Amino acid sequence: MMAPRDLLAEHPFLAGLEPRWLDNLAEHAHPVYRNRQHRLFAVGGSARHFWLIRSGLVVLDIHAPGRGDVVVESIGAGAVLGWSWLFSPYRWSFGAVVVEAIQAIEFEAAPVRRLMAVDPGLSAELTGRFMRVVVERLQATRVRLLDLYGFPTGAKP
Amino acid sequence: MKSAMMPQPYRVTARREETADTVTLDLAPLAAPLPPYAPGQFTMVYAFGVGEVPISISGGENGVITHTVRSVGAVTRAVCAARVGDTLGLRGPFGAGWGVPAPFGADLVLVAGGIGLAPLRPVLDHALRERDRYRHVLLLIGARTPGDLLYSSDHAAWARAGADVRVTVDRADRSWTGRVGLVTALFDELWLDPGRTTAYVCGPELMMRFTADALRARGIPEPAIRVSLERNMRCGVGWCGHCQLGPLLLCRDGPVVGYDHAAPLLTVKEL
Amino acid sequence: MAALLTSLDSLVAALRADRRQVIGPTVRDGAIVLAELDSARQLPYGWGVRVAPGGYRLRERADRAAFGHSAGPQSWKAYLHPPRTELWSTRRGESPAEPDEPPPRYAFLGVRPCDLRAIGVLDRVLGQGKYPSVRYAARRAATFIVAVNCTEPGEACFCVSAGGGPKAAAGYDLVLTELIGADTVRYVVEAGSEKGERLLSTLDTYPADAATAEASAAVDAAAGRMGRALPPGDLRALIAEKRDAAHWDDVASRCLSCANCTMVCPTCFCTTVEDTTDLTGEVAGRWQRWDSCFDPDFSYLHGGAVRTSTRSRYRQWLSHKVGTWHDQFGEAGCVGCGRCVAWCPVGIDLTAELAALASEETAS
Repeated sequence: MMAPRDLLAEHPFLAGLEPRWLDNLAEHAHPVYRNRQHRLFAVGGSARHFWLIRSGLVVLDIHAPGRGDVVVESIGAGAVLGWSWLFSPYRWSFGAVVVEAIQAIEFEAAPVRRLMAVDPGLSAELTGRFMRVVVERLQATRVRLLDLYGFPTGAKP
Repeated sequence: MKSAMMPQPYRVTARREETADTVTLDLAPLAAPLPPYAPGQFTMVYAFGVGEVPISISGGENGVITHTVRSVGAVTRAVCAARVGDTLGLRGPFGAGWGVPAPFGADLVLVAGGIGLAPLRPVLDHALRERDRYRHVLLLIGARTPGDLLYSSDHAAWARAGADVRVTVDRADRSWTGRVGLVTALFDELWLDPGRTTAYVCGPELMMRFTADALRARGIPEPAIRVSLERNMRCGVGWCGHCQLGPLLLCRDGPVVGYDHAAPLLTVKEL
Repeated sequence: MAALLTSLDSLVAALRADRRQVIGPTVRDGAIVLAELDSARQLPYGWGVRVAPGGYRLRERADRAAFGHSAGPQSWKAYLHPPRTELWSTRRGESPAEPDEPPPRYAFLGVRPCDLRAIGVLDRVLGQGKYPSVRYAARRAATFIVAVNCTEPGEACFCVSAGGGPKAAAGYDLVLTELIGADTVRYVVEAGSEKGERLLSTLDTYPADAATAEASAAVDAAAGRMGRALPPGDLRALIAEKRDAAHWDDVASRCLSCANCTMVCPTCFCTTVEDTTDLTGEVAGRWQRWDSCFDPDFSYLHGGAVRTSTRSRYRQWLSHKVGTWHDQFGEAGCVGCGRCVAWCPVGIDLTAELAALASEETAS
């Protein structure tokens, strides 16, 4: 089995991160395997972890009365899951549940926050990488708001 | 010489309802068949007394032409309503296709949005028929809801034949246990080899732009990203002027063009 | 070998004797229009025109010139590429059939060099692509062209800057140059095809002699009397660079989107189709008719038009004419006849609009 540090180095989210920061982060990370239907977190819960997904699929959901658990987005291999731990009050806005068994790297949020507090370089780097993910997901969400496929798409029939 | 404006009669030999508003028709020639088609080409389909629409070819062999048609206007409504035994008129095949086969050993990435899977189907069929020619064959499908997925009963067979099929929907229903999100999010799961990848993208124009931009951001060169564009087409043969997109006459120079040609045009408003 | 005619009567008579329908300029409704001529006497002898942006008036000339006028409201495309044509008709369940009619045997009399080029442009769009229009090609092949070199450019003319000139290049069967005297007109005539040679050989002509040089001089002099000019430089590149120019808004504030420019343009070829059925619903037909990129429906795409603004529609028209036509057909779509300038109800002058676009580029 690969050491956490090597797993970190090969995950796209941390690609090219300086080795010393990988070492720092690896101290607060461990590999996990979670089965189908395992709930990683629930709405309103305390955001104590985040995950780098290596395989499998997780969905973000929220419970709507009368509609059940509504899925808003899925997070798959190669992606990072969880950003509410970055900002006070460190509570989840959506829930997350495994739909295809995952292999992931789970991070302890509090010590990573402390690392970031004492190392502005790491803080800037991680914040930037999360920012990029946030922007991509925001843009994807905006495109979904356009309801593209809802309109007639035409000449290709 | 036969005029390119004369439709040939074709009989509907099979009809499959794909979704609430989309139908697949197999059409067999009643008279002379049209010349063979290349994947990505289209025909002009005539519904008696109603009019004509351009429809991409989704398959068919030995003279049969398969069209998957979404009912969005008067003519497509009439085409979708055609029953087995009814006659439609076809002209074509017209236009520049996807440009398959791709080089030996290439990775093919097919990205389909909604009805955009229909014009890509001949590319997929080709890739699965000549599966050994290629390294990876990836099919990424985005749809509005699970109920809007085309050819859903074929997905498993495609996977067995060697395609890596991944599906995502904008809105899940309770039965859906797959991916939810924009089709571009699927790229995060993949490691694309920019030097080997040829991408074929088809769907609503904005979806194609976001997809092509995401592929470009992953290092795929613009000419290796093929998109199928759409404008009003009336004649299919370059006479009527309707399908212009800047320098392109899409019925002749398209509908499939490289993103190197398309990108500068798609961002000009009302071009 | 040039010859001299002292009247066009024999030419028109010979063309009619050859069972041709002679189409040429004549005065009607306060304009010089194209119509079928029974005799050369119907030509607009002694009439000229005064043209301005948004203006066209007949004026009496001091002489008897038949071709002393610039382009009128119509062009030859009305005959080669008619405004409305039946493509085919069919009964339900049967193969459609094209109308079974031989192409008309036209003789075009008085095709100016700009319009001769325009016919060549139409040939390349409709007659010479991967899918040539059989109908167009048949009409074209059956047409006899008598061109006339231009000795009288109008105020809206700019063929020289559009890459042409007052002397007819290839594509005619006969070409005339009108020599205007105090109270006579004579015509130097030359053949440009075998058909032309044959017809010319049936006419009683005089040796051209010194008239040939006189004709050349008159045509050469015309090149220097163009009323307008396109701005110099590569217009194709200018158009490609100026898609977002502010000046398109300026034009749009004046343009009525009326489509006059596309109707009078000798090269605008766009068409749409109309589907018809009879009252029983058993017989259907398909008609082709002229369309215009100024019509909002022109760019209709399930749910809405792509070009909703006048800005985008004018940009499409002008960009196609002088820019993207090169990409599509290997040449410009504008021959400099000036019709769009004269027949624009608000006097939009494409030469001025292009100059403004070019100067906006310099400013930026």
